[in-house]
Amino acid sequence: MEPIKLNESEDRDFIDRVCRESRQAVENCYQCGKCTAGCPVAFACDLMPHQVMRMVQLGLKEEVLRCQCIWLCASCVTCTARCPRNIDVAMVMDTLRIMARRKGINPPGRGRNAALFNTNFLGSIQKYGRLFEFATMAMFNLKTGQPFREANTGLTMLRRGKLKLSVTKPRGLEEINRIFEKVRQAEKEV
Amino acid sequence: MKFAYYPGCSLETSGKEYDLSTRAVSKHLGIELTEVPDWSCCGATAGHSTSHLLALALPARNLALAEELGLDVTAPCAACYQRLALACHELNQNPQLREKVNEITGRPFHGKIKVISILEVISSVGLERIRAQVVKPLKGLKIAAYYGCLLVRPRAIQIDDPENPQVIEQIMQATGADTVDWSHKTECCGASLAVSNEEVAIPMVSRILNAAALSGANCLVCACPLCHFNLDMRQLKVNRLRGTNYHLPVFYFTQLLGFAMGLNPQDLSLHTHFVDTGQVLKLVG
Repeated sequence: MEPIKLNESEDRDFIDRVCRESRQAVENCYQCGKCTAGCPVAFACDLMPHQVMRMVQLGLKEEVLRCQCIWLCASCVTCTARCPRNIDVAMVMDTLRIMARRKGINPPGRGRNAALFNTNFLGSIQKYGRLFEFATMAMFNLKTGQPFREANTGLTMLRRGKLKLSVTKPRGLEEINRIFEKVRQAEKEV
Repeated sequence: MKFAYYPGCSLETSGKEYDLSTRAVSKHLGIELTEVPDWSCCGATAGHSTSHLLALALPARNLALAEELGLDVTAPCAACYQRLALACHELNQNPQLREKVNEITGRPFHGKIKVISILEVISSVGLERIRAQVVKPLKGLKIAAYYGCLLVRPRAIQIDDPENPQVIEQIMQATGADTVDWSHKTECCGASLAVSNEEVAIPMVSRILNAAALSGANCLVCACPLCHFNLDMRQLKVNRLRGTNYHLPVFYFTQLLGFAMGLNPQDLSLHTHFVDTGQVLKLVG
């Protein structure tokens, strides 16, 4: 990593925003590293969870919002459960993902497909009200240029009645659409 | 006992064993489940990774629908349980936020019902009563009970101790099965990454299978359709990619409970797993 000049980089607004949106006192983190010690995906991450926390404290907005770690976080909440400072680290990770998306940042490396999966998933919910597993997986395969990914798994599931080629849509589909629309509006106003 | 039943998306497809066995076991134990009419997705990980408000509004619609039934709601899926329970908790803590979310969903939720996991529902029957229903004791099964993440974290919604929960073991012991002490019962299996970054999920699945095998278990028992699919389907992949030879059938706790109570194996969908269940079940006889 490049050396960082702290007096130039501190972004007070970013620090406040992360704390406010996550409702967590990020400044309380004293870098014990327990979150990283228990993190099941740390082995695959570019930044360790405790480093992410420290970088938020220092206001290193770009570094944090452009790391893969926030996207590889599996939301297992082990960090939160074990934090001796009672910080909901997983909630901070959620907040950073939300902020990165809002800023239109393209997640790097392995983050790309993780973000794409989420977008596809929510697309299915908005369209059908429930997750249409088959269509969501097919769409993910197409968008990632691997059309036959898990084709055999899909066939096995189909034979065993574990994959449906249609989805039961709730009658209140327009209600669900309205939820997505109203959330979008409410977040614009923030 | 009556509960509103929220199956969730997975239980209609990849997790159908859980739906069938939950309904069968509940009926047998005299627990009446009424499906939440017109339920929609809870938003899952994609929801809370994208918008805090959306992650509240999607479950809130379902909470409101369950509340209209006048029943506490149970969700077998650990992910659905966690999302519904967390939303319920947060909306109850913050009336202003609840008003805002009610305005968004157009279906007011008043906080009059509770969200309860199916593990709690079934264990509330009482271990004595469960034991009395067992006609085929599961002797020969050595079970590694696997809880994963979403039933035991975070604190506001945990159904048991987050580091060493026991509720699955207690129910399984009531069926006459042995349970093992092991290290990975609440380690994450990486299901939320398994589609987008399988090479990250594979070592996570592998570590769990390894720990279960080392403990002497001959099967795993879980209570989450995402864990189930990941540990069952990807077990074959782990074996192929890592040269291992695990054969650890992954059961839903409801499947084994139903089996012990003499329910028809077809009704428990014991034949639709990726890892064959026949060999281990033969030990029971």
